[in-house]
Amino acid sequence: MAVPNLGADAMFQWPGAVSLGDFRLSELLSGNQAIARGAYEAGVTVATGYPGTPSTEILETLSAHSDDVYLEWSPNEKVALEVAAGASYAGARCIVTMKHVGLNVAADPLMTLAYTGVVGGLVLCVADDPGMHSSQNEQDTRQYARFARIPVFEPSDSQEALEYMKLALEVSEQHRTPVILRSTTRVSHSRSLVETGERVPTGREIAFVKDPPRFVPIPLWGRAMRRNVEERLGALRTAAEKSLANRIEWRDRQLGIITSSIAYQYVREVFPEASVLKLGWAYPFPDELIREFAEGVAEVLVVEELDDFLEEHVKALGIACRGKGVVPRCGELSVEALQAVRDSGTGECLPPPAAPADLPSRPPVLCPGCPHRGLFAALGKFDVVVTGDIGCYSLGVFPPLSRTDAILCMGGGISMAHGLDKAGEPRKVVGIVGDSTFFHSGITGLLDIVYNKGVSTIVVVDNRITAMTGHQDNPGTGRTLMGEATTAVSIPDIGRACGVRDIHEVDPYDLKATIEAVRAALETDEPSLIVSCAPCVLHERTRLTAKRCIDAEACRKCGMCLKLGCPAIEKSGDEIRINSLLCNGCGLCAQACRFDAIGAAEG
Amino acid sequence: MSETTSVVLVGVGGQGILLASEVTARAAMLAGYQVKTNEVHGMAQRGGSVVAQVRYGAEVFSPLVASGTAAVLGSLERIEALRFAHYLKPGGLAVVSSQMIVPVTVSTGQAQYPADAQERLSQAFPRLTYLDAAEMALDLGNIRAANIVVVGALSQGLDLPPEAWHEALTACVPARHLDVNLRAFEAGRRSA
Repeated sequence: MAVPNLGADAMFQWPGAVSLGDFRLSELLSGNQAIARGAYEAGVTVATGYPGTPSTEILETLSAHSDDVYLEWSPNEKVALEVAAGASYAGARCIVTMKHVGLNVAADPLMTLAYTGVVGGLVLCVADDPGMHSSQNEQDTRQYARFARIPVFEPSDSQEALEYMKLALEVSEQHRTPVILRSTTRVSHSRSLVETGERVPTGREIAFVKDPPRFVPIPLWGRAMRRNVEERLGALRTAAEKSLANRIEWRDRQLGIITSSIAYQYVREVFPEASVLKLGWAYPFPDELIREFAEGVAEVLVVEELDDFLEEHVKALGIACRGKGVVPRCGELSVEALQAVRDSGTGECLPPPAAPADLPSRPPVLCPGCPHRGLFAALGKFDVVVTGDIGCYSLGVFPPLSRTDAILCMGGGISMAHGLDKAGEPRKVVGIVGDSTFFHSGITGLLDIVYNKGVSTIVVVDNRITAMTGHQDNPGTGRTLMGEATTAVSIPDIGRACGVRDIHEVDPYDLKATIEAVRAALETDEPSLIVSCAPCVLHERTRLTAKRCIDAEACRKCGMCLKLGCPAIEKSGDEIRINSLLCNGCGLCAQACRFDAIGAAEG
Repeated sequence: MSETTSVVLVGVGGQGILLASEVTARAAMLAGYQVKTNEVHGMAQRGGSVVAQVRYGAEVFSPLVASGTAAVLGSLERIEALRFAHYLKPGGLAVVSSQMIVPVTVSTGQAQYPADAQERLSQAFPRLTYLDAAEMALDLGNIRAANIVVVGALSQGLDLPPEAWHEALTACVPARHLDVNLRAFEAGRRSA
């Protein structure tokens, strides 16, 4: 494995830099674990974030060091960045973690933090999701770096993730700028061998130094800050030109490939003979290095995932090159996609190799015993429009539940419901949001409905945890990322404080009571709030009651139980049965059965 | 690409694919190779099809396995092996557990579960080890060790020494479950 010895960069002295005689431990780490390790070794003392695949494991890994690092799951990414900004102003080294769409939420503080700058190093670890494995869109976070005029680093494996994390903190402090460390799904969730080092605390005294012209961007001082951003960009460009994070690998001079991030690995696999300009520090663009490379090869190809971020700039430098004309723009790159570029010179968005057409698809589903199922089953009894949100409950869109009609973003399930109502949608509208997403950005939407005299019914499917990303705590769980007990914020209390009067708290495993709560809420002509509350079964890991089985003699094969979409209820041929390995004993199927054919299994 | 060995493990979210991949990666690491793995987190883990990939060799670039290049394909569910058959290179070893997990798309009548899965597996994979890993693990004392039965069987298609596998299991499995997992590995290895 080629490990760039970034420590040799004259501008930056690594804490614990590699020297040949050192004994170094090799560990198999994911990109996210390596980012956390880099932050730990670099003396980070404050780490904030909001869970989001593929970024979540960074803070989870770092939480093993809660003696040395203050950590928090913030209610949302905007808050997370603001907390880190304050900590940085006091002199602490900080990281903030989020997925790509999270940076949209944090964009407001980011754009002005780029003006005020930082004191302690501050790095935003942002993980993109090309191919949308677990996201609602594809975004190229490098565009935010250019938008905010701040540096962006892009590791291509776990070793680089650790090294670039440290480098990003150094650059941040030296140039007083927030920095983005951009990962992608395949960098964050691939594991490779990493040499780790020791933690080196900064030794800096933590104390905020009053300096209003530096920290207060009222127009008087903001205009000066604006000019400083341009000057800083020039200094950063000079540093990027010299950084060993950007390197030329001369091989055959016929074809030269400019690349970054995980695409570098695919390039090395498919074009082993080509010369490569690997940009680990892509912005501000190292123009001289790009020119030197282009002049040394007969033909230039730019290979990058998602946008034509590098290609656009290379062309602006007057360098002829191929790029998105042949390399896919949508979805993930892959070895196969680059083989197609190599062999045919044409790029097409290659679909994954086709599975045999007659195989049944196996999309993700709500788990057996999931409490959300009871709520969706109850909603199925009413002719309503349902606006949903980001979380496990987005799976309620699939048949047979089919009880979600629109999804936009976190918190959007609430506000969109209000908009449909105000536009004059003739049916009642129900907005669904999770507990974590309610705290994230749902409260303002609820406030809007009350204030502007809406009548929507809002359901918080409160499973007492942030489930989809792997069970992180949130303001409702009564526990912090530091592992401490804390106030468990009450969702019904927030509803009352927002001015909602019609509030229903239901147990979604009680199908009849849940249906009645939905009916009552829909019948009122004022805003109503249903808190459908039961813990995530995957998190609690306890079977709710007895596993169920179907009495074959009593069963009329009407299929009512199958309408719950429970993976434990299997139908093959004519036979319906409950898979005892999968059943969690929630009992919803027994309530749905009209012939008392479902009872407790023996044992 | 010549020197890199690729392993693909597939199944249904919740079957223990990630542990199987961890054990394989660690065995390769202990045998002295560079290793890269890739796995899926988030939404895909909720009962959907899951793929984990391990690549090892003197120098490994892409963490993703290209179609037609895997030395072995391990599947914890019978039709998932058919879904991802394209990964296996000609002459590669397929290890398929006969477990059958009916997708919701079948239970709700949107699709059919193939009745001739075993026949199709024999056609798709000239080198096939077809075993009931769940039953074997249950006999050994814990059905959750089915994933390690499959790992044991696919170890016959890889050039890693048995000691590396044992050490990898010791490192990856909680001590109280180690014995049953070691026996599951051996049972799988013998059946291939």
